[in-house]
Amino acid sequence: MYKNFLKIITFLSILVSPFLFTSAYAKTKVGFVYLTTPGDHGWTYAHELGKQMVKKEFGNDVDISIVENVPEGPDATRVIRELAKQGNQIIFTTSFGYMEPTLKVAKEFPNVKFEHMTGYKRTKNVATGNIRFYEGRYVQGVVAGLMTKTNKIGYIGAYPISEVIMGINAFAQGLRSVNKKATISVIWANTWYDPVKEADAAKVHIAEGADILAQHTDSPAMLQIAEKNGALGFGQSTDMGAFAPKAQLFASVNNWGPYYIKKIKQLKDGKWNTGDGPDHWAGNTWGGLSTNMLTLSNFSNMPTDVAKKAQAAHDGIKSGKLKIFAGPLKTNDGKEIIGAGKTLDDGALWGMNYYLEGVTGKVPK
Amino acid sequence: MENLLITILLTSIPILLAGLGELVTEKSGVLNLGVEGMMLCGAVAALGSVLIFGNPYIGILFGAVAGILISTVFSFFTITLMTNQVATGLGLTIFATALTGLIGEPFVGKTAASLPKLEIIFLSDIPYLGKILFSNDILVYFAIFLIFFIHFGFQNTKIGIIIRAVGDNHDSAHSIGYSVKLVRWISTSFGGMCAGMGGAYIPLALTPHWSEGMTAGKGWIALALVVFASWMPIRLLIGALIFGGITILQFVAQARGWDVPSQFLNMLPYLATILALALISFKLRHNNYAPACLGKHFLGNK
Repeated sequence: MYKNFLKIITFLSILVSPFLFTSAYAKTKVGFVYLTTPGDHGWTYAHELGKQMVKKEFGNDVDISIVENVPEGPDATRVIRELAKQGNQIIFTTSFGYMEPTLKVAKEFPNVKFEHMTGYKRTKNVATGNIRFYEGRYVQGVVAGLMTKTNKIGYIGAYPISEVIMGINAFAQGLRSVNKKATISVIWANTWYDPVKEADAAKVHIAEGADILAQHTDSPAMLQIAEKNGALGFGQSTDMGAFAPKAQLFASVNNWGPYYIKKIKQLKDGKWNTGDGPDHWAGNTWGGLSTNMLTLSNFSNMPTDVAKKAQAAHDGIKSGKLKIFAGPLKTNDGKEIIGAGKTLDDGALWGMNYYLEGVTGKVPK
Repeated sequence: MENLLITILLTSIPILLAGLGELVTEKSGVLNLGVEGMMLCGAVAALGSVLIFGNPYIGILFGAVAGILISTVFSFFTITLMTNQVATGLGLTIFATALTGLIGEPFVGKTAASLPKLEIIFLSDIPYLGKILFSNDILVYFAIFLIFFIHFGFQNTKIGIIIRAVGDNHDSAHSIGYSVKLVRWISTSFGGMCAGMGGAYIPLALTPHWSEGMTAGKGWIALALVVFASWMPIRLLIGALIFGGITILQFVAQARGWDVPSQFLNMLPYLATILALALISFKLRHNNYAPACLGKHFLGNK
């Protein structure tokens, strides 16, 4: 009996081993660097969902390692280098502040492919991918303009960089397309993720009379404060409706999965590239509503006619008929940016260091 | 305006509670620099227990107990083993920051129930003041009660006077028969309890979340506040409101578009602390409010 058992085991392992060998051989090692944990239910969670799509697509053909809670700066360099040393063939670094660390490590490991999300600097083995977050913010502006009673919108920004500023301006364009009286006031949190600060900023906005809140920071804290105080707001990166069922109007949802899958496929086929685009402002992949890299969650807590207008704005942007930054455009202190009939190009978006009409205050220097 | 004042009051509660506890600890002659760490322990224990039991009042209890437990570690080292208080306090904060990060990992992204508001009948109907002062959660009332309790305790009760005696001259206190070490253990535990509750207040009332290091320096501000208030509970309230006010002011300035760099406003609380320290040491050189035995070891063990 025992002998037979051994025989069977030996037989089975001989039978299976070629498969084991081949699957191990074809396995692509993929690394991810996360800014916080997927538990933030915002930015990093959206990347986690993308990673899960990768897992679903490739199954055992990929071997994924993740490092969570990596601060932007020298620690990031160490972590990315470690991932490269461990033999990961492609490494996704998922925050803007990983730009220099990624470039630095990429130089040391020319055979490893690096994918820096939301950055703009590329080299032979560093590609960049980004989402047109601002398209969702235009739709948010439309809804805010129709829903506000006090005509005051509170906006919480992370850092005054062009990425965030173009979002504020897109929001203002949407807002002013339906409501010329409403204004946006901006509070900078000077952090991407700090629920305490985000909550403080939200409380101040509400105390100052804002009844609609929008955010370009990562936690659901703002929406929870809105929920508590009877205000309304928009979710960021993922559907945050569970945190604020009575306050969330809708959320702009980041959909990274298809991009990750595309790039890993390229690598497997030996066709990985950084794209041919000019090496400046935008990522070589900068997808929005039209490519489904950005989607909107269900419209809620609003009347159907508002939802219809929001849907129309969404459809317009998706089909390309609606141009968000179409002229005439003026800054909030009266300078003309472009005249009627013209539209800002992508390069101009990445150079934004001014607020458009509808936003109060100045961009901090 | 009303809402703004409430926000300021609530923001100052954690530093007020932690500051009051540290005041009592320091009055007994122990300098515990671990306030930040004890607050973090309180915060994570409060949030965790609320997630498990679903009741925010249990969160206060767990926060307080966690503060006491971590402070006994400090007491054991500094009072019993007589290690250096400054180094041990700093070590406590560093240790607690990492420990709470580990314990808090499963709580990230979960939401806990907040403390309910308790309106005091009649008083809460007073225009303006009623909403600001008499329509808050239990810890706000407790903090205000604590100010007067400690003030009165130090002036008029035997226990208060014993604590002061131990802090001002431990040899004399010892010679007339008081147990210096016991008094210091109890005072340090009281400080730990208050810091734990102060930390608990952050997830229970301010933002219903856990994030690593969420006290964000409030423990250090509480420490500075004690000196700022020259060891007087009522001044501590004023100081806490100023610090809370400035924290909120930097957001208000931005929301209203004032042309002041937010970094400058960020700096103000600390600038105020330095100024206060300079003033106190200049004016009161011969009449120092600091407990005379603050930070000194009590060596007698007969």
